[in-house]
Amino acid sequence: MATDTHTAIETVWRMESARVIAGVAGLVRDVGIAEELAQDALVAALEQWPESGVPRNPGAWLMTTAKRRAIDLIRRNERYERKLAELGRDLQLDADDEVVLVDHIEDDLLRLVFVSCHPVLSTEARVALTLRLLGGLTTDEIARAFLVSESTVAQRIVRAKRTLADANVPFEVPEEAQRAERLASVLEVIYLIFNEGYSATAGDDWVRPGLCDEALRLGRILAELMPKEPEVHGLVALMEIQASRLRARIGPTGEPVLLLDQDRRRWDQLLIRRGLAALDRAQALGGSAGPYALQAAIAACHARARTAEETDWTLIAALYEALARLAPSPVVELNRAVALGMAYGPAAGLELVDALDEEQSLAGYHLLPSVRGDLLVKLGRLAEARTEFERAASLTRNARERKLLLDRAAACGP
Amino acid sequence: MRFMLLLKGEPPEDALPSAELIDAMLGYYEQLVKAGVLLAGEGLLSSSTGARVVYSGGKRTVIDGPFTEAKELVAGYYLIQVKSREEAIEWAKRCPLEAAVDQFGDSGVSEAVIEIRQVAEMDEIGATDEQQETEARLREQTPGL
Repeated sequence: MATDTHTAIETVWRMESARVIAGVAGLVRDVGIAEELAQDALVAALEQWPESGVPRNPGAWLMTTAKRRAIDLIRRNERYERKLAELGRDLQLDADDEVVLVDHIEDDLLRLVFVSCHPVLSTEARVALTLRLLGGLTTDEIARAFLVSESTVAQRIVRAKRTLADANVPFEVPEEAQRAERLASVLEVIYLIFNEGYSATAGDDWVRPGLCDEALRLGRILAELMPKEPEVHGLVALMEIQASRLRARIGPTGEPVLLLDQDRRRWDQLLIRRGLAALDRAQALGGSAGPYALQAAIAACHARARTAEETDWTLIAALYEALARLAPSPVVELNRAVALGMAYGPAAGLELVDALDEEQSLAGYHLLPSVRGDLLVKLGRLAEARTEFERAASLTRNARERKLLLDRAAACGP
Repeated sequence: MRFMLLLKGEPPEDALPSAELIDAMLGYYEQLVKAGVLLAGEGLLSSSTGARVVYSGGKRTVIDGPFTEAKELVAGYYLIQVKSREEAIEWAKRCPLEAAVDQFGDSGVSEAVIEIRQVAEMDEIGATDEQQETEARLREQTPGL
């Protein structure tokens, strides 16, 4: 029975902690203190619920308890008078005030999102704080997900909270002038969490794939909090569509399966539908040209094609061109070359790849010669293609991939 | 983990949900959306508009509704993505189905049930580090993919 109650408390905590922390931070205006007070409420639940049973509305119980503690703290604090003036009716807390308490929680939640992803923090700190405060993950879970020690994560979080306090970061949604830049930071953190789960570089802990779900959940929550921001929907669309392919991208013997070779019947149509709907929303809000919306639109081209042959490469090439103008990078150019080759024939792709040959940042990048070889094969220039595949094989560190490239080289003849 | 919350019970035929019931259910739907857990959800019309196809003895028989075993009839569902079975149960406990029992109580409806069932997912594939590394680099080259 006690164990059941503990499981129940743990579950409720996971579900409610972000809201409780946000609600308390709305009072004390400091996320570090807010988290401590929320934790105090959790401890109180652990003490009381095994005796009294789980309350009918456990989330409200935690919120009320944590807010009472916040008010006690404020009363003890010398700033009481000033805070009192600021807080007004929020301080009129009675046992039956639960309904009043949930009032501005959405606003507080959004403030918590922006503060957790504040640019005064390092990227690592933003990620850790976001997962801790908004995701409700324990320090240990974050540590396992990122393959670092628990003390590293704990330190990161402590330092992050101190940095926020030292820098007097207000518990606020940024003003219009900084809004776009600050939102970009929030989206970056969420996408980083997603990618950490998606492209898990090592480890087989459940926590890592769980990061994709967590990022998606955060994205969906943010889309509700900021329904008018097209890039939020763009990011959600991108993640939903990418997640739709999770089960198709690894073959029966564990080998990675390239997008064009995937069994599209294994794509998750529900997530694709959700992704396309989110992309529609981004576009309806005038956000077609945002970086996440563009990437989502590219992903959507693949999602809409029932077979690889049906892919609209002309559109993909145009989208990559728009993306290249917005966020120029050699890797985007290389992708554009692939799309051009598919849309307009290998010669068009090769022209762009040749232009990239000078690109320093791609030196040693095996995919450049690999793409070049592929285009040369299609042009019937087999001897040159062979050289490219061999070069690519010598650059990759991955044995399975090296074998594949050497096979392709051999297939080009002597 | 994905769970389906199957709402079971059959409202009396031709009975329309009251404004209060609709309100309560919409409020719950909104909570699920705002928490970022809802993937899909629908309410179903009464079984009198439905049918069954029964496969038995090498034959397919079509049986028109309504069906009688009210407690077993699915009236709607929510498909949610959560971290644990316990969380799915906690969400089910928050569904305001009492409102339905209250409204239809006079017509002999005494209970409603939410059945919680986990969605079968593909087995986690144990990819090796090397494979995952390949995967990571494949993704690196394809920002939109």
